[in-house]
Amino acid sequence: MADKVRVAIVGSGPAGLSAAARAAELGMSHVLLEKTDHLSDTIYKYQKGKHVMATPSNLVLRSPLDFDAGKREVILDTWDQQMADQKVTVRLNAEVAAIEGETGNFTLNLKSGDTIAAEAVVLAIGTQGNPNVLRVPGADLPHIQYQLDDPTEYVDEHITVIGSGDAGIENALGLAADKMQGNVVTILNRGAEFARAKSANVKLLEEAEADGRISVRRDTTPAEVRPGEMVLDTRDGQETIPCDRIIARTGSQPPRAFVEAAGIDFTSEDRGAFPQLSPSFETTKNGIHVIGALAGYPLIKHCMNQGYDAIEFLNGNLDLKPADEPILAAKFNALPGRKSVEEWLETFRSQVVILQELSPLQMRELMLDSDVHAFGPGDVVFTRNDSGSSMFAIAEGSVAVEVNPDDTDFTVPIEQGSIFGEVGLISGRRRGATVRAAEPTVVMELSRQAALKLLATSPSANRAVNRISVERQLLQLFGSGLNPADVADLVDQSEVVNVRAGETVINEGADDKDIFIVRRGSMIVEKDLGGHPVFLSYLPAGSYFGEMAVIDGSKRTASVKAAIKSEVIRLPGDAFNALLDAKPELREKAMGDMAGRREINDFVESRKASFGGAVDMYSQTAQFLVDNGLGEATDVLLIDEKLCVGCDNCEKACADSHDGLSRLDREAGKTYAHLHVPTSCRHCEHPHCMADCPPNAIKRGPDGEVFIDDTCIGCGNCQRNCPYGVIRMDARPPKKPGLLSWLLFGAGPGPGEANYSWRKKKAEAEGKETPKVAIKCDMCSGVTGGPACVRACPTGAAIRVSPEKFLSVARLEDID
Amino acid sequence: MASLFKSAGERRAQSRERRHAAEHGSFLEYAGYRWLKIAVFISVFFLTVYLLVDVEPRHNGGSWLGYTLGTIGAGLIVWLALLGIRKRRANPGNWSVKAWTSAHVYLGLSLVVIGTLHTGFQLGWNVHTLAWALMVLVIASGIYGISVYSMLPEKLSENRREMTREQMVESLSAIDRQLEAAALPLAREDTDMVIAALEHDVFKEGLWQRLTGRRGRAPTRRALEHISTKRAYADDADDAAQQKVRTLLGRRSAQLDQIRKHMRYKALLEIWLYVHVPLTIALLAALAAHILSVFYYW
Repeated sequence: MADKVRVAIVGSGPAGLSAAARAAELGMSHVLLEKTDHLSDTIYKYQKGKHVMATPSNLVLRSPLDFDAGKREVILDTWDQQMADQKVTVRLNAEVAAIEGETGNFTLNLKSGDTIAAEAVVLAIGTQGNPNVLRVPGADLPHIQYQLDDPTEYVDEHITVIGSGDAGIENALGLAADKMQGNVVTILNRGAEFARAKSANVKLLEEAEADGRISVRRDTTPAEVRPGEMVLDTRDGQETIPCDRIIARTGSQPPRAFVEAAGIDFTSEDRGAFPQLSPSFETTKNGIHVIGALAGYPLIKHCMNQGYDAIEFLNGNLDLKPADEPILAAKFNALPGRKSVEEWLETFRSQVVILQELSPLQMRELMLDSDVHAFGPGDVVFTRNDSGSSMFAIAEGSVAVEVNPDDTDFTVPIEQGSIFGEVGLISGRRRGATVRAAEPTVVMELSRQAALKLLATSPSANRAVNRISVERQLLQLFGSGLNPADVADLVDQSEVVNVRAGETVINEGADDKDIFIVRRGSMIVEKDLGGHPVFLSYLPAGSYFGEMAVIDGSKRTASVKAAIKSEVIRLPGDAFNALLDAKPELREKAMGDMAGRREINDFVESRKASFGGAVDMYSQTAQFLVDNGLGEATDVLLIDEKLCVGCDNCEKACADSHDGLSRLDREAGKTYAHLHVPTSCRHCEHPHCMADCPPNAIKRGPDGEVFIDDTCIGCGNCQRNCPYGVIRMDARPPKKPGLLSWLLFGAGPGPGEANYSWRKKKAEAEGKETPKVAIKCDMCSGVTGGPACVRACPTGAAIRVSPEKFLSVARLEDID
Repeated sequence: MASLFKSAGERRAQSRERRHAAEHGSFLEYAGYRWLKIAVFISVFFLTVYLLVDVEPRHNGGSWLGYTLGTIGAGLIVWLALLGIRKRRANPGNWSVKAWTSAHVYLGLSLVVIGTLHTGFQLGWNVHTLAWALMVLVIASGIYGISVYSMLPEKLSENRREMTREQMVESLSAIDRQLEAAALPLAREDTDMVIAALEHDVFKEGLWQRLTGRRGRAPTRRALEHISTKRAYADDADDAAQQKVRTLLGRRSAQLDQIRKHMRYKALLEIWLYVHVPLTIALLAALAAHILSVFYYW
């Protein structure tokens, strides 16, 4: 065992490298531990030649190592070179199994059995984790591997692949691709379906199975591994097959367990939670610091800065200002009163109720993802029907909400310290009311990502926002005659219920008496007519249902079920009735709404004999559209295939209005009754693509469009997260010659997306390296006339619809 | 300031409404048949004028009415031809190709009346009549276009069964790969039939075949018939291979059928443009010649 070092840095990604280089520069005794045989494994595993981006561009880099956007190889070479130049102590193939001891005296146990003594530890292990290992007798045999680099390496072997995800299937296909290799490839799947894999991969696998190139064993798990053979548990009992090599691809274990074992607490039980950190990145276990992706910072530049900062803090430089200080200073510049960054952060933290629990580091991080605004009296913060999913918090002053669109003089105040705009955040829908500043006001606008992160990490903030949102939703639904005191009872008794897609909330004929508000997601209302469910209506977030049974005591007249994963607020019928008794005008309004729904009911009931087939058709079409994502859509492109001649002018116009790449695939997608849902963005209420975007480049624009701005780093997360496959990764092509020079002289590839070879050739000729970025529909935002796909359709086949308009019973008559 | 904001918000809301209000309907019924009504009105109007007005010595292109009709007709022809540019130019603006197509169709049809009245029924073997004849041919091909546009899309959609063209071709090559492997254990005679089917270039066929869908006994069908009818296989293990080949040949034949139908419908939907567009260019040239010669010999 070597002498004790001042700091042991675990993990050699951008954060770890930068920390180690800084330690070397300062002459601090250190060691950098890396579990693989090369530095920076995550970037090492990027595909060859990948263009790595350096966002955010306004953040300065603070590291002894250089980093700029460029090719993977250049970046890795630079780092390797600089690490060698700066004489950084590196130990490769050194995987840490456990960390023991206390600050000043840690022992790091390596997998190899060696130990390393250190006064402090910096954990920069990222979030990739370790592959899951087999847990069967014989799992330690040498012919089991968890990775396959080159499938052509193996010949004449019996190879078993375990795992039914994309990695497993791709490995199996690779091993069986060339018959001349003579491998006998078997793939094991615990279940009967390959549900986790891409459908294209499953198709290839099924084809390979039909050809006899791969043996696919379903409902089968490994029981025991022996040299040269393998015992399987199948549905019909145990079976032994010859097996020279096992490739296990059963996912990976997130590093959380390892981190917790070292005595570090996380912010919550949530899967997405991060370790609790002090402003100097110290965890709840004194002496252990966490930086980089593991600390919640996925971008390379952040990571490198943190590596530098963590070592500076360890070195006693406690006055060091974070590298993002100038960014925050620029944000606060717009506010009145000359306060320093610290003072402003403290103002927001102490004034805004939901932020009071945050640590200074969390506050700083939250502020980086947020905006601050100052408004004068009467200034509009946002307007009814604007799209927006951010949440506002009032640090100074107050605002007035125009709850009634017909009477702008009637307003409800929201005081200093409170929040507003949360309904847009939770429901994902447009703003329900116009909000103006009532006096000179300073607000903080938390972006959707920042707000969601806050709610996930701070339970008390979550409770407060929940209560406020339920109260406001009630007030907004039932109009201007109510104030918070009226609904306080109802709010106390309310309950937020999660509903799975397809789960029934109300059963037709039941006699329960609760009333519900759709908080997020959407519902569909169905009525049973002679054994057929008939689609009655679509309820977007913000609507309420179940009031008929409450008001007139009747049985439920229709079923209500969730179109997608949703949240509803359940209000007890008695408490609601009590409110109605106290407020006669509210009862009148509710009766009015009820009459409207009755009418639809009666309409369908009365016409069922005369258009039986049409009702079925309508219901099935509605169900088809809901299955294809219309339930969570805000604006979707549909194609009436009774009119579509297949000219693809929609795709051409799309490409020509957006840098020459089409964002829609007309032909692909599902069709029912000649109604075709092409592969094109639905602009979901809660976009899946936004879930995991490292630079937060995906936003919702003023027309409700979900778009990707130019800070995209091309990581492809959004493409993987989109359930509708509407995002493509591609390089922006070079400019084409104009339409007339094509028309008259045949210059260039003509209208529409140029073919790949033209783009490639032209780009090479221009000598510019353009990175692949994520590309998706932006609904032709800001373009006069609206979406080009619809304008360019010569026959009227292409239409854009919003679900509440399209899924209305009024269409019943059209369908005949 | 505040009111400015509000009106911007409202404008946005309005434009959104307009966008969604873009009604769902075919180009033929655009805006409640607006252009049909206009076209009928124009035709009836000029027909009435033609019948009521007494032009000396007789109706012809050189009278005041003839010049009026000729100018309107020539203007219309140029404007109708501009649809080709409108369709391909995806610039911002409140236009819609559907509205243009609707106007193109109905005004184009009214051109029969306007152009013919312009001639005063004085037809002969000259460049003037050439222009008229070309115009009629262009309109006739357009009428064919309208009819296929209203009949075929439904069939195209039904035949597609949610598959894209690439998926159809991929599916065929997947079947082919399986056939190749499955046919190996077969007898020489059978294998040859399968190989003949596989080697046949299914995409090589004449225009007539493509448009009518009529073709003789294709090798796949021959192979299928050969294996299905020439032999009666017993139900033993040896015949499993033949069974498999038979199934695969059946699937191949169905897949080919789908692809061919798809190509046939697409061809029928597109072929007329290969007449309509070049004839339009010729018409524009003849029209220029017609106008020049009229003024030259004036």
